[in-house]
Amino acid sequence: MSANDLIKNGPRVIGVGLQGFIDDLNSQGQQAVAVDWRPPASKDLNVLAAAESLSSGNLDKMIAEANDQAITRMHTAEPMLVDVQLAGDVIEGLGDHKILHAGPPVEWENMCGPMQGAICGVIVLEGWAKDLQAAATLAGSGKVEFEPNHHHSAVGPMTGMTSRSMPLMVVENKTFGNKSYCAINEGLGKVMRFGGNDDSVLDRLRWLESTLGPLLADTLLACDGIGLKNIIARGLSMGDEMHQRNVACTSLILRELAPTMARVAEPETAYEVLKFIAGNDQFFLNIAMAMGKAIMDPVRDINGSSIVTAMSRNGTDFGIRVSGCGDEWFTAPVEMPRGLYFPGFSEKDANPDMGDSTIVETIGLGGFAMAASPAVAGFVGAGGAADAMAYTNSMAEISYSRNPEWTIPAMDFAGVPSGIDIRKVVNSGITPTINTGIAHREPGIGQVGAGVVNAPLACFEKACVALSERLSSS
Amino acid sequence: MSTVVNEVRKGFYLDSVALMRLSAEITSMGGIEEAVLMIGTPSNLQIMQDAGVLDSTGESASPNDLVIALRADGKSNANRALAHANKSLEGGALKSSTSEARARTLRGSLTAYPEANLALISTPGTYAAREARTALELGLNVMIFSDNVSLEQESSLKNLARQNDLIVMGPDCGTAYIDSVPLAFANALAPDGGNSADATRTAAIAASGTGLQEFAVLLTRLGGKLTHGIGVGGRDLSDAVGGLSTLTAIDLLANDKNVDQIVLISKPPGPDTANLVFEKLAACGKPVVACVFNQASDSEVTGIRYASDLRNAAELASGETLDRHDTQQLAQELTGSLSASRRKLVGLYTGGTLCTESQLILNRAGIKTTSNAPAPGSSASDSETAHRIIDLGADEYTVGRPHPMMEPLVRVSEFEQSLDDPSIAVILLDVVLGYGAHENPAEAIVNSMQQVTDTKDKPVVIASVCGTEFDPQGLHQQRDALTASGITVCNCNVAAAELAAEVINQQS
Repeated sequence: MSANDLIKNGPRVIGVGLQGFIDDLNSQGQQAVAVDWRPPASKDLNVLAAAESLSSGNLDKMIAEANDQAITRMHTAEPMLVDVQLAGDVIEGLGDHKILHAGPPVEWENMCGPMQGAICGVIVLEGWAKDLQAAATLAGSGKVEFEPNHHHSAVGPMTGMTSRSMPLMVVENKTFGNKSYCAINEGLGKVMRFGGNDDSVLDRLRWLESTLGPLLADTLLACDGIGLKNIIARGLSMGDEMHQRNVACTSLILRELAPTMARVAEPETAYEVLKFIAGNDQFFLNIAMAMGKAIMDPVRDINGSSIVTAMSRNGTDFGIRVSGCGDEWFTAPVEMPRGLYFPGFSEKDANPDMGDSTIVETIGLGGFAMAASPAVAGFVGAGGAADAMAYTNSMAEISYSRNPEWTIPAMDFAGVPSGIDIRKVVNSGITPTINTGIAHREPGIGQVGAGVVNAPLACFEKACVALSERLSSS
Repeated sequence: MSTVVNEVRKGFYLDSVALMRLSAEITSMGGIEEAVLMIGTPSNLQIMQDAGVLDSTGESASPNDLVIALRADGKSNANRALAHANKSLEGGALKSSTSEARARTLRGSLTAYPEANLALISTPGTYAAREARTALELGLNVMIFSDNVSLEQESSLKNLARQNDLIVMGPDCGTAYIDSVPLAFANALAPDGGNSADATRTAAIAASGTGLQEFAVLLTRLGGKLTHGIGVGGRDLSDAVGGLSTLTAIDLLANDKNVDQIVLISKPPGPDTANLVFEKLAACGKPVVACVFNQASDSEVTGIRYASDLRNAAELASGETLDRHDTQQLAQELTGSLSASRRKLVGLYTGGTLCTESQLILNRAGIKTTSNAPAPGSSASDSETAHRIIDLGADEYTVGRPHPMMEPLVRVSEFEQSLDDPSIAVILLDVVLGYGAHENPAEAIVNSMQQVTDTKDKPVVIASVCGTEFDPQGLHQQRDALTASGITVCNCNVAAAELAAEVINQQS
């Protein structure tokens, strides 16, 4: 819109600041809108200067090119669920006394209760200690090595435990040839991802390893894998946002699996496995997570790109990675989720936010796709469909692009916001909204509610400063 | 004592999230310890059992039923909550917020309003340059109402705008008209820009603020038509900025076929910039009127008509003359009852340019003035014995307080003090109407006038009202209220200042 356009067509105003000026224009019948402006959230002038320098002039042009490339890689990904394999067989170096966990790196003594509980459960499951008490002693002795899933092409929900004998679902990104892994969803109630570690939890994990895992692998091999992009597209039109709500996608994948499974399995085994999947509305979550990782890994390390490639939390810290900053983690203390609690529980039972499942928001689903799933917006508190729409719109304000294939019917098929841009987060003070389950702060009790949590602004501030330093020194 | 009450609704299904919200809503009611609404699956019944809210009624539910389970302090609380739950369930949907979400950023708003072509920025000054830069990068023209934008920022923004065929109005641009639409602090013109269709169509370029408002008001009153009023900011014509926005504005107006003539209103430009701007104006192909306060006559450029003040500018632009009263005679009437010891003048101004203009008029009449915002020829020293013209909109009066154009009470204490001062002969006021201004600025002045007890010997109060009949406040209502309280209301600021000068000259 040139200055000439202004003179020729008259003023079409967007107001930034005083609302009264816009009201005056509206009262004269002029179309004008006001930004819901507020001062930047960052108090640190270095941060604001870094974000501003990244948003203007030649740096902006260079970053735009890098981000275009990042978005192209995201949108041309072809993720397929292809196999189930044991973690020890596919993750290099994952042998005895090594456990992968959710989030950025964290040491035993800094882990939250549920994370420690889950670690002890894994140690018993793997037979490295005979009981939970011995497991805790071993874990604290320094003889068990802990590493983030994200360092090994893997992700895991909540505590995100990955150890050598666990069956992992394998998603392959056919466009780039990379593979990603995620454990199988255990269902609700007392489960390891919420820190559960008693016999019932360990028995279920053993059944996943002995029965469900191998049959799922046979089925996937027999049907040449299952394309996931279309399932997501259809799930969005059926009310899923793929983080809190996976009931549509779980049903869709069940429909893909069932015919072939009936052919490759004993009837009784097929019955057991299909019944387990059908009884777990969140079964698809772990597949969506592996898919998210498979989509974002090829986006890592594009020089100059300000797109977030991973968001993750370990119950202590929230961490993000940014394409232009390679594999560096930018962390800040994780926030408490706000939401609704199951009967008998309240905020005082809640553990701080946890899990690699935020990879789902990183690719534009979950809190970013809230408008597709108004039912989930209720977790915010008094939210209705209008609030759900507002969440998605505000996430679009911090995203670089929109996904052309994953659309939201209720928003006239607008694509979900795609590619979180750290500059926009810092400039606007709007932080990513994440839909999340809430774990009990004590290990072994499990999920006590669900709600939303925001990624801490400090992660994005640190990343902006780091990206600015990298680009000015190169 | 805790009471557990259950109710089962057969064959009723609602999404579990909706049920959780309703459960939370009912739990928050007074006298309710726990409220759980769940579909009666075995696992849900177990959860309710563990939470201590299930009784034998609830236990009988099937997975197709809804269980409403309450633990309350007494039966009546439980029944109240049950009734509330049922009412909410009958309503089908739960309360949904109807708040219309507004974007938090310019980018977000532009997505919702892609036809936008101008960002009007009125944030605190610290953030204004950032928002302006974003707007320019998004391809929007910019009007910066905010002040406290540094000279470096101003230059850099205006250079960026020129590279992209955009214009920056401001910073500190209080007033603008584009296509006759008033922006920010501006008077409403007659519908369709005012007056007859064949009137000469004038566009103004001004530092902006009350100078542009007064010009627009007088031009309209004289039958002229204002198509655009482009505010460029008080520093645009300094050599540091080099007139970047003024030059852009001249190009725009020269090429706009809805503009017949151009008027420039400004303080004297920097010497280098003056050459650039006046040569461009003289060569723009359209008649030009320049109202440059305190311009030396030897620096005038041929082809440009020069106006001595805003009234003169409006007269040159319209070809009409504003009514004059007989200043000498009127002053005689006003001074008739004034005691000879009253000799001083006080001007209490809300508009910055009007304050400057008054000083120039008084200086021209041979009256030395002092001011907190001195015009050329005035002095800055604020001596109690001198004639004082005060800009109440200057920083020292507005720190932590609203601008006096928005809040007339800011002027009250100075005004009442002057009314009580036996050495003061005349008080000079401006009353600015229009969008952005207070809804009834005359009221506070009238109230102060009514406080004066000694009605025989009091200072002469002279005011002018900068406004049109189309302004939300209404021009004649404001004038009438002032006149009725004993104030002499002139038809423009120049006339008011000239009358005040005559009063002083007759008293001395």
